[in-house]
Formats: sequence, structure tokens, C-alpha cells
Amino acid sequence: MAKQTASQTVGPFFLYGLTPELADGIRYTGYTANVLTTEDTAGEHIVVEGRVLDGEGDPVPDSMVEIWQANAAGRYRHEEDDRADVPLDDKFLGFGRTGTDRDGAFRFHTVKPGPVPGLGNAWQAPHIVFCVFARGMLSHAYTRLYFSDEAEANAADPVLGAVDAARRPTLIAERAQSRGQTVYRFDIRLQGDGETVFFDV
Amino acid sequence: MMADPAPYRARDWDVHPAYDYPAYASTKFRAPKQELVPIPHTLSEVTGPSFGREAAPEGDADLTVNARVNGEPMGERIIVTGRVLDENGRAVPETMVEIWQSNAAGRYIHEVDQHDAPLDPNFIGAGRTVTDADGRYRFVTIKPGAYPWGNHHNAWRPAHIHFSLFGPSFATRLVSQMYFPGDPLLEFDPIFNGSPSPEAMQALVADFSMEITRPEWALGYEWDIVLRGRDATPMEG
Repeated sequence: MAKQTASQTVGPFFLYGLTPELADGIRYTGYTANVLTTEDTAGEHIVVEGRVLDGEGDPVPDSMVEIWQANAAGRYRHEEDDRADVPLDDKFLGFGRTGTDRDGAFRFHTVKPGPVPGLGNAWQAPHIVFCVFARGMLSHAYTRLYFSDEAEANAADPVLGAVDAARRPTLIAERAQSRGQTVYRFDIRLQGDGETVFFDV
Repeated sequence: MMADPAPYRARDWDVHPAYDYPAYASTKFRAPKQELVPIPHTLSEVTGPSFGREAAPEGDADLTVNARVNGEPMGERIIVTGRVLDENGRAVPETMVEIWQSNAAGRYIHEVDQHDAPLDPNFIGAGRTVTDADGRYRFVTIKPGAYPWGNHHNAWRPAHIHFSLFGPSFATRLVSQMYFPGDPLLEFDPIFNGSPSPEAMQALVADFSMEITRPEWALGYEWDIVLRGRDATPMEG
């Protein structure tokens, strides 16, 4: 069996290669964005924003954050989610990518995903999978965002259930209204007090 | 109810660098200290984005062309090609491969890069392509230069090209770096040496290939990339 290729850090200079839309005066254009939606995307339109912070509580200004999620009906745009009774939305891929700014801040414009199947007969609470890359991280780190207004579904979620109760709050994004938008706040602490739960996916 | 998805094999932590690696100073406050929480692979892990060929314009596989302003970029033109495979040796077709790198003088155009070396007005150092049915990618670019970084006294990064890959799921996501054979800086580089496995480190070094080398035009390098595979494929065929 072939061995997996080793991960290496994304380094400090990925900006113009992976998120060129954030770079000034670059003629190279990307194909990803932090806006996952169009006006026509079905579902509740939300903003997900937060900061990536290091073990000293300082912002991480050179990290890249990617998200992957189901659509508002709870279906992934992928061949292995072949549930014909759950609609796809041709206005929604479910992938977003952005780089953090000097305050370590990131923001995504997306829709709130529906619940998705777990293993066996279980269901998973609505969630967004996060993948974090940074200078100083030789391997990427996976985590999940859950929604504060889904307390009942969260309580039954098998992945949240596998997490020490004291650390679960690091995975719950708080819902708020701001400037006429529904905003979920989700900070990612790489280390230290309130370190975000990362998963061995 | 749908059948449970077949899981991917675990991330091989005998191959991938640990988060906490003191020789690479920037890991100090950025390495998660808590144990990763293992979770089984659900639909959320075995699915992931895929991007059609339209997301990778053909010209962006040639970094000597995609940023020309008034001439050819300076430096040594090279061909870099290889296959994206899974652990079972199967090709990973139609998957996005993104690269970025310094120019021939060892300079990135990034504003944070203040290395005293010239920028090249005809070179950005970013490109992407989608693998073919055999999992093969192919880039034409300029051989990147070594450059200093502040990790420790007289620290120099060996010449390298950054690679970003998706594979068939979000679980197969990988960011890595390709190095060049015979580079004397490799043994001093904490990033290259971050993998716990000497074999895995060596596997990050491309092979020079006379077969890929094009006469009178460019040297060829070959580098295969192995993503996580599955023990069993549910939809064989």
C-alpha cells in the first residue's frame, strides 16, 4: 500500500495563489470565495464570522479557513449523497474559502444547512465542517460549527456527544442579529484557554 | 436510510508532521495542545467540493505564460508533472491541483516578503489545473529559488513548490510542498524535516526525469502525490 504524502504548512505566502481575490493588483484570478450564495440560493441566508487566535490570544493574520456544508435541505452536492428525495440547489456548492485579515478575522456568507444523516439511523444536527491552515501549522486542522439555536438537535448529535461536555461550547456559534443580517459568531482558538475542539477526521 | 459511507483510512500520523514541532518556531503558539477527538466518517467527511475544468483555465497550468506583462519570466524553465493517487494506487481523476511558489530569485510577490531579491514583472508564481483520467497533472513553471526566513540564524528554505489538493472528499484534503533532488538545504529545513518518517520526507522530493525533459527547452521533474484511500469501495466498477 502506498504511503500518504506528508502534509506541509501552507506557509505565509499562499495569498496570491489560493485567495487571490484578497490580494491587491494581482492579475491571477481565483475560483473560490467567501460568498457561497447568490440571491436565489434557497434557505436562510446567514453570515458566519469569527477570528482565528493563537495560544497567546493574538490574532492569526495569515491563516486560511475553508468550509464545507450541506444546503438548506440538508443535502451535500456530491455523488455519495444520492438521496433523490432531498433536493439539490443548483445555486449552491457548499464550499467556501477565505484568508484571515490582520485582526485574524474571517467572514462567510452562506445559508444555514439542514440536518444530515449520521451513521446508522442517527441524524446529525446542522453543522458546517471547517478546515484551518496557517503558517506555523504543518498539518491542517478540522473542526465543526454547530448552531446555538439548535439546542435540541445539538443535544442528540453523535459527534458533539463524543466531545467532553466542558469543551462543547467551543463548537457552538452564537446567533445574533447585526445590520439586518443573521450572524453566527465562531472564533477558532488554536491553543490555550478555550482551545477549539479539533477532530481526527 | 442510506447505508453508512465507507470510511477513508486514518490520516497517517507516522507520515504527517505533528502540530507541535519546536524546530519550526511558529508552531509554538499555533499548535493545538489538546488531543484530536476521533470521529467516524459520516456523509459530512466523505463528501467534498469538486470543481470542473472551467475552474482551471488551461493557461493557468503554465506559470511562464499566465502572468506575462512584457516578456518571459526570468529563470530556469521546468516541467513538473506527476499523478495524484490514493493509497490503493488508484488514480484520482478530475481533481483540482493548485500550486504557488517563489520566483527564480527566491522572492514571493506577497507584501510580507521583504527578502532583498528582485520581483519578476512577468511572474506571479500561482497556477492550477485539474487532473486527467489517469490522475495526471502537468505544470510548466520557473524553478523557484531558495530564500531566507527568520526561523533561526541563517535559516534558508530549500527551493520548493507549494501544492494544494482536494481529492474526492473533504477528508482527503491535503496541502504539501514539493522539493528538488540534491538540494543541500533540505537537511537543515525544519519544515521538510517535520515529518516523523524519513521515507515520507524523501517522498516530498521530486525525481528528475530525462523522459519528461524536453530537448532544447526545459528540464522535467516528476512528483506523485498520494491521498488517503479507502479499505473498501462501495461502488466498485
